[in-house]
Amino acid sequence: MNRTYELMFIVRPDMSEEDQEKLISTLETAVSSSGGRVVNMEKMGKRRLAYTVRKFNDGIYVLLTFEGSGGLVHELERRLRVSEPVIKFLSVRIDEEQKRLDKIKALREARRKAASTAAQSAAPSGEAPAVTA
Amino acid sequence: MADETTTTAAPEAPQAPERRPPRPGPGGGGREAPGGRKYFRRKKVCKFCVEKIEAINYKDVRLLAQFVAESGKIVPRRLTGVCTPHQRRLSSAIKQARNIALLPFGGRVS
Repeated sequence: MNRTYELMFIVRPDMSEEDQEKLISTLETAVSSSGGRVVNMEKMGKRRLAYTVRKFNDGIYVLLTFEGSGGLVHELERRLRVSEPVIKFLSVRIDEEQKRLDKIKALREARRKAASTAAQSAAPSGEAPAVTA
Repeated sequence: MADETTTTAAPEAPQAPERRPPRPGPGGGGREAPGGRKYFRRKKVCKFCVEKIEAINYKDVRLLAQFVAESGKIVPRRLTGVCTPHQRRLSSAIKQARNIALLPFGGRVS
């Protein structure tokens, strides 16, 4: 049962570039070794925190999207918890939400198509749709 | 042109689970100030329904910040006019954003 998750975490702002790379690559190997798949990895860069976390006011945000099981999420969270430079993390399951959005999008697309064909068929009779509505 | 607008608007009405107000406000529905309604009570409309924003994501700080007061509190529906289903998603997104320090929990103490 593979699900899509999004794992956002904040590392301390004074972390060096290669240390970040090292941390990210260990996470990625952890994902792939337990049967998951990394969909996307995005460094969102340094930004100001809304409140102070462990005496830091800035942080480097990293967003990791992956497919995997719930046990994998547990494992990644454990890793993040023990790794010193990570100051905060949040994992969110996104596949159900994505499914909902796709459904709405498809529905709208179908409606638009239906509306445009109705408009074309009604076009010769002029103001017909306005009267019926 | 008029034909086009009527046909696209008509099938929309039964689809939306939220009741659509008879007169839709301007595009920026959420922008109206809570104050200043002493003289004229404008019909508030849900920004998400009007602009057809479906994805309420915790990463979209700019969107969420419109529904968070200066003190960091979530602005109630009765002030913003957001419909119940969207307010529910909005509040959970704001809480997620707070958790990852994108939005503040409380007022700025510093």
